[in-house]
Amino acid sequence: MASIASSLDPILAGYGHDPTALLQILRDAQEVFDWISPEVRAAIAGTLGVPTARIDSLTQFYAHLYDTPRGRYRILFSDNITDRMAGSVALMDHMLTRLKLERGKLSADGVVSVDFTSCTGMCDQGPALLVNNRPVTRLTPRRIDEICDLIRALTPLDEWPADFFMVQDHIRRADMLLGAAYRRGDATRAAVARGAQAMLDEMKRSNLRGRGGAGFTTAVKWETCRDAPGEERFIICNADEGEPGTFKDRVLLQSFSERVFEGMAIAALVTGARRGFLYLRGEYSYLRAPLEAKLAEMRRENLLGEKICGAEGFDFDIAIHLGAGAYVCGEETALIESLEGKPGKPRIRPPFPATHGYLGFPTVVNNVETLCKATEVALIGGASYAGQGTKQSTGTKILSVSGDCERPGLYEYPFGVSIAQVLEDCGAQNPGAVQVGGAAGNCLTPAEFGRRIAFEDQPTAGALMVFGSQRDMIEAARNFARFFAHESCGFCTPCRVGTSLVADMVDKIAAGRGALYETMDLQRLHDILRRSSHCGLGQTAMLALGDMMQKFRPAFERRLTSRDFEPGFDLDAALARARELAGRDDAAAHLGADI
Amino acid sequence: MDVGTAPKKVKIATATLGGCFGCHMSLLDIDERLLELVQLVEFDRSPITDIKHCGPCDIGLIEGALCNAENVHVLREFRANCKFLVAVGACAINGGLPAQRNRFDVGDILQKVYSDTPDGRSRVPNDPELPLLLDKVYPIHDVVRIDYFIPGCPPSGDALWKFLNDLIGGRTPRLDYPQFHFD
Repeated sequence: MASIASSLDPILAGYGHDPTALLQILRDAQEVFDWISPEVRAAIAGTLGVPTARIDSLTQFYAHLYDTPRGRYRILFSDNITDRMAGSVALMDHMLTRLKLERGKLSADGVVSVDFTSCTGMCDQGPALLVNNRPVTRLTPRRIDEICDLIRALTPLDEWPADFFMVQDHIRRADMLLGAAYRRGDATRAAVARGAQAMLDEMKRSNLRGRGGAGFTTAVKWETCRDAPGEERFIICNADEGEPGTFKDRVLLQSFSERVFEGMAIAALVTGARRGFLYLRGEYSYLRAPLEAKLAEMRRENLLGEKICGAEGFDFDIAIHLGAGAYVCGEETALIESLEGKPGKPRIRPPFPATHGYLGFPTVVNNVETLCKATEVALIGGASYAGQGTKQSTGTKILSVSGDCERPGLYEYPFGVSIAQVLEDCGAQNPGAVQVGGAAGNCLTPAEFGRRIAFEDQPTAGALMVFGSQRDMIEAARNFARFFAHESCGFCTPCRVGTSLVADMVDKIAAGRGALYETMDLQRLHDILRRSSHCGLGQTAMLALGDMMQKFRPAFERRLTSRDFEPGFDLDAALARARELAGRDDAAAHLGADI
Repeated sequence: MDVGTAPKKVKIATATLGGCFGCHMSLLDIDERLLELVQLVEFDRSPITDIKHCGPCDIGLIEGALCNAENVHVLREFRANCKFLVAVGACAINGGLPAQRNRFDVGDILQKVYSDTPDGRSRVPNDPELPLLLDKVYPIHDVVRIDYFIPGCPPSGDALWKFLNDLIGGRTPRLDYPQFHFD
């Protein structure tokens, strides 16, 4: 069809007909066509010269790409436990009733669909939803009504009230990073003045460790990349902030993005990279335009581009790539696969990206916050930087606090702060549990609130979800179990099958059909997933559940049946269809409970 | 051997639900070791003995998946009577080949199968003697607690032999890789 070709051509040309940009092309195509129809798929495949199966591999992998029509308005409710605690389920039901819809089904007129998606990173201002990838926060029944009216009137998204799409920063405690005075370019100029080797030495002195969760020493990563053989090098900023309960990177990119870009430039100076990517999670695509504008400004001021700050040979520029709804892409090798236009399935490590990364070239992958911290090291020097925090965890850490507290938002503390201190500052009145590090983290009880946020004690990428003592922890357990079953990439069997088994078993226990047998089986699965999963997703998928089952045992045990075993489904109902067809209702046509 | 000092024999029951009897054939495949086995065990309900209902047993071996109401009754009888209940083979563990019907509606299947009548009208039999089909084919651990699982389609005679020897000998049954390596 002519119309398809005429709409696709500028998109394809914009990416230079490059098959490694396939994910970006599909995202842009979906913006135009609302879904990737077989015709659109054929047109893209034909022009790029890739098999259609390659396109299917992406539409089937990424949650936010659609190979069936999902309507002009695609509503996705954020399904983190914090959204649920704030009432998201009732709000979704309200919307479904108003629109006369079933969850996940396209409306009869083909206009709208409503479904859940994994945490969208708006936990401090939930419940939240995405409409065509644009966030609407602080939902209320009234706001839902307004949205339904706008959809019924077929109002284009650009004409919706702008305040619907307001996303707040909520910086509650600022320290070295969030509170410092900032002048664009100072950090890059300071790094250039120091020189590449001296900058690396300062990084070593700072002992800055990665803020994405693993805590790998940044200087070692940079040095490995610099020394690895390769014609090209790349700097990737990992802004695929998918961990439920984490939203610090969103704020950093919304209000502190120049620091992120400067951090990338400094990494480029040290390693000799000439190209960089910001891998932005699809849920944050509303940030793309402002980020592109910032990049353009920085290019004009010679903070990016050729001969940055006048330094001969310091050429570096940054491109933004968008994800499309896949938690696993936060894993650095999955992220690189995704950048290359493939499904985000983690690679086997080693080799690590520092030596074999993007397109096989040495690549640094750093978290958003880590790159911001690198600018501090450039400005104040490594020794001065190392003065804050603890011995093995230098500097400050930004925590994303959400859940049952009066002041959810960002809290920046020097490393070593106790959980109790954070809880006091955020106004958590009666905390019964804190989930540290997102769904893949640990669940702590009040007896452990004396523990400290640091790599020596309780490491975290920064998520703190507070559960009031009135909360039923089995709801959190179910939410996390479903999350991992949904987000498992399917590459390795222990994780693909294991996470689904776990989710089913937790549901069964929650429904009162679980026996001691299931709790023992969960423990067995915990061991299997931890030891035999391919990547961190499977290895950590049961961490929180394990904690909850141990520390909140009664929440599980009071639901257990005293019987030996109970089926997870209604056996008699399973005969209903055959009964109906055979026209029988005699005693033998029923299955009673096992005696 | 003096009858008075002979050790008490272990009682075993076996049954096939929705399966092909291949796993039972594998049990026969232990060949001359059958003679050793009968020194150790006594068979209760089993195709080998043709006993119709099982009494209290030590070990129950179940082949096949749950396809209909009668399968459920047999499985429950085994669970009620056996100390150890063992899922033998792919169908018992995962539903196996019979579970290929799970992507269809069981009503549609019945109508299709029984539509080949002279007048072309579908007549699904309604004799109470015939067990009704379940909506889906289920693995047996969905309905009762299962103690051990022996993978394979079918598990080899060697695997069954090793498993039974371990269990009867009081050791935690363990199948090493060669025992479920099929190519």
